[in-house]
Amino acid sequence: MKGAGFFKLMIGGLAAYELLNIMKAGNKTVLRPPGAADEDEFLALCVRCGKCNQACPYDSIKMGNENLGLGIGTPYIDARDNPCRLCDDFPCVNVCPTDALTGIHNVYDVEMGTAVIDTEACIAYHGMRCEVCYRECPLIDEAIKLNIYVKPDDPTHAVFAPIIDQEKCVGCGICEQRCVVDNPVAIRVKPREIKGLF
Amino acid sequence: MELTRRTLLKATAISMTMAVAGCKKKEVKPAGTDVASAVETAEPDEWKSTVCRFCGTGCGVLVGIKDGKVVATKGDPDNRSSKGLNCIKGFYVGKILFGKDRLTKPLIREDKSKKGTMEGFREASWEEALDLVAKKLKENYEKDPSSIAFWGSGQQTIMDGYVSVKLWKAGLLNNNIDPNARLCMASAVTGFMSTFQSDEPMGSYKDLDEADVFVTWGANMAEMHPVLYSRLTARKLANTSVKHYDLTTRHSRTSETADTTMIFRPQSDLAIANAIANYLIQNNLYDQKFIDDHLKFKAGTENLGHSFKDDYDVTDGKDADKVWEISFEEYKQSVSAYTLEKAEEISGVPASDIEALAKEFGDPKKKIMSLWTMGMNQHTRGTWINNLVYNIHLLTGKISKPGNGPFSLTGQPSACGTAREVGVFSHRLPSDMVVNNPEHRRYTEMIWNLPAGYLDPIEKPGFHTVKMFRELGKGNVKFLWSMSNNWGQTMPKLNRFRGNDADGKGVLDGFIVVSEVYPTKSTELADVVFPAAMWVEREGQFGNAERRTSVFEKCTEPPGEAKWDIWTLIQIAKRVLDGKKIGDKPSFDVLFGNVWDYDKNDLLEDGHEVNSRLWAEYRSFTNPHESKNKEIQELGKKLKLKAKQMAPYEEYFKQHGICWPVREVNGEWVETNWRYAHGKQEEGFDQYGVEEFGEIGKYDNIDFYKSDDHRPSVIFRPFEDAAEIPDAEYPFWLCTGRVLEHWHSGSMTRRVPELHRAVPEALCEIHPEDAQALGIQNGDMVKVISKRGECEVKATTKGRGNPPKGLVYVPFFAEETLINLVTLDCYCPISKQPDYKKCAVKIVKA
Repeated sequence: MKGAGFFKLMIGGLAAYELLNIMKAGNKTVLRPPGAADEDEFLALCVRCGKCNQACPYDSIKMGNENLGLGIGTPYIDARDNPCRLCDDFPCVNVCPTDALTGIHNVYDVEMGTAVIDTEACIAYHGMRCEVCYRECPLIDEAIKLNIYVKPDDPTHAVFAPIIDQEKCVGCGICEQRCVVDNPVAIRVKPREIKGLF
Repeated sequence: MELTRRTLLKATAISMTMAVAGCKKKEVKPAGTDVASAVETAEPDEWKSTVCRFCGTGCGVLVGIKDGKVVATKGDPDNRSSKGLNCIKGFYVGKILFGKDRLTKPLIREDKSKKGTMEGFREASWEEALDLVAKKLKENYEKDPSSIAFWGSGQQTIMDGYVSVKLWKAGLLNNNIDPNARLCMASAVTGFMSTFQSDEPMGSYKDLDEADVFVTWGANMAEMHPVLYSRLTARKLANTSVKHYDLTTRHSRTSETADTTMIFRPQSDLAIANAIANYLIQNNLYDQKFIDDHLKFKAGTENLGHSFKDDYDVTDGKDADKVWEISFEEYKQSVSAYTLEKAEEISGVPASDIEALAKEFGDPKKKIMSLWTMGMNQHTRGTWINNLVYNIHLLTGKISKPGNGPFSLTGQPSACGTAREVGVFSHRLPSDMVVNNPEHRRYTEMIWNLPAGYLDPIEKPGFHTVKMFRELGKGNVKFLWSMSNNWGQTMPKLNRFRGNDADGKGVLDGFIVVSEVYPTKSTELADVVFPAAMWVEREGQFGNAERRTSVFEKCTEPPGEAKWDIWTLIQIAKRVLDGKKIGDKPSFDVLFGNVWDYDKNDLLEDGHEVNSRLWAEYRSFTNPHESKNKEIQELGKKLKLKAKQMAPYEEYFKQHGICWPVREVNGEWVETNWRYAHGKQEEGFDQYGVEEFGEIGKYDNIDFYKSDDHRPSVIFRPFEDAAEIPDAEYPFWLCTGRVLEHWHSGSMTRRVPELHRAVPEALCEIHPEDAQALGIQNGDMVKVISKRGECEVKATTKGRGNPPKGLVYVPFFAEETLINLVTLDCYCPISKQPDYKKCAVKIVKA
């Protein structure tokens, strides 16, 4: 019995663990506003008050519905639709009544995620003079730089390939919003990895 | 399920506090920008060759067609200007056709009190609209010939421009015809004409592959000529010793990749260029033999003042274009005032940087290419700064040789091909000819089958653009027809030219016709709108910055009742010329009979046939030797018209564009890449030009055969300050311009969803310290205010361009951000091109 009980407990625990993970489904793909603590801590600290949503002058911060599982009612950003503009004074952080959003003094403190370029989809990598993401990046020449090299099949032209500096990119998502390529979008912000459960 | 604020309120109702009202920074939704459905990704049945609709680079674009519809585009590898590359605008150019609010029916204004809006129009038949416009044109013309005007464009096709010129100059004997190229390339033209007596660059894009030093003077090539910048950059990558100097008033994307950036106080480029010339002379770094064999020296009228007043051209500006010969010694003396220190004092650029650049020019081993655009042309001394850069290249002999050349980049797709080459200017005739030269008029009369002396009534130039709109504002011009442009957004000092100011009310009273493809700020001011076929909905031709003429094939039908502009022009010609005679023949038959279908009483239906016949006629200007008329042969030879020789029309389809002069060599039509330079034609040199009009074997194998005495002029031009300089009340310089993603007034590119997504709104770039001092945060709305008007715009301190302290930059593409309400309409006294790059403004938080 003891074994079976333990087994049941194990099963129950695992199920609960998995259930929690399932309920958190989507967390890994959700971009949180500037200053969000690690995901689990954030979920614990966020009181779902919606103040950050109201403080955002660009209506960039949305609030999660049931699709966000445990994250229902928590703030997130859909970068393709409406990214974070990295306001000088971070009203979303200032208005947060708990420490769910905290610790942002300037843009370099922000760590929402990191942009990733799909070099197959990106037309700049094929020699077109696009680089919209680079020119629209609020941290131009820091977070997104250009890797400029001679076009392999045409020595009289250069390729202006955008590249991401993982250290400098804060994950605001403006590049993702502005990218002119669709299906797939050639640059996406990958939300900061969660650091572990509980 | 889409998340909205409402669903959120449900989800978090418990802890909800009241929303703070207001303070939302709304995203801009431009009026009328109904963005289009995408070009579908169906597999095309065939690909047709075309050329991009936007800038003066002239990139080739292949258009894929399925069932008569444009379904795809891609770069044309056979276009020798672009070799298959496009920028993002060219990549999406096919989508400009599909804006949902295309104009598809003629519109007639019913309610004049609604002028300035798109209300108050009713749809009309073509017949009614054409009859009305012809009646108004005729009425006003008969009352006062100076009360009519046509405003064309460097975006008209070459044949559109040709027909416009012929209708206005020969049909109506009227010189009130000017293009928007006056706002764009006029200073480059007068620079070429005063220095070389021949328009357009001598070199080609191939120079980009060979230069050792690049100098950008007021040109943000990285954004404005993206594909050419890619070529310049490839040269830098191929040879690490290649240097790039960027002279600019604001740190741009071009500055970012330059080796040395020289940020100068606006207008002081005049002092810097003179200091370089002086340094070369003082240090014996010029090419004496080149001077002896090829050059002459001149000075011109100085202390020109500025054109604030409407009578400027006949008062202070009266003698602005006068020049006279001086000696080299006199030139040396004049330029000696411009020491490096003096230039530093005027410009703020360190003397050491200017010296470094001067030394590059002084190095006989280095090949140098100068490139410029609007920074030099939109300048109240635009002609002068063009002259001054030529001076440097001429003194050092760095010209008309591969890799060596002053290269005027062109703004519009056919500023060269249309406005300049067929002469859509108030003072010009086709092929570099001008109205006030009796031999030029005579030659034109012969080509157009007009009696001798028929064009004498047009010997005096008509209204240049600013004058035209000032006269419209005052009510003296009562009929205006504009085509392929958007003056209601792009003219400077817009409060006057939109009829808001007291001296602009004539705009509201006058009869204005606008040929357009979409509703714009100009159609808002129209009395009649003609819906036009755009780009590949008809066949057309553009001429780019390196003298390459390219054809775009017709790929699809225009929507609704939209018609190509040549049809509209000829229909108006048919009506206004009705009853008029040239000699004993009807005027219309003499001028346009060759493209008229007399059975159907309409323009020939086959657009290709119309273009072919018009091209053959235009081409005959530049091929006098093919004429059966001996007088044409002789006068044409004397005027050296073969210097602009064009090829037969079908060749342009075959070769995907050819640079003039085009020479027939063993049955092949071969282009010229370096004018005036003798060498093998097949290698791009001007073999036949030099052999026919010049002398072989002169120094450096060059003969400037189009210049007076075969000698271009080094012209002394001093530094004279800007028309309006910041002061205590208006402490900032305002500079305006473009961004890569949008074309001019945005009427096409903002209807391409991808381009609109990329740059949805215009931003005011301001230095972070200036912003901080004014309490402005990134993203705040500010007002940019001058003595003439104000404009609300979002500020950015993190833009792609970084102005120095004391200067702000605002692009002009967004119609809801009408920065031209603020700009000044003072112009270069010689070119009459206004200066969009500098006026005085203040900035306040909105």
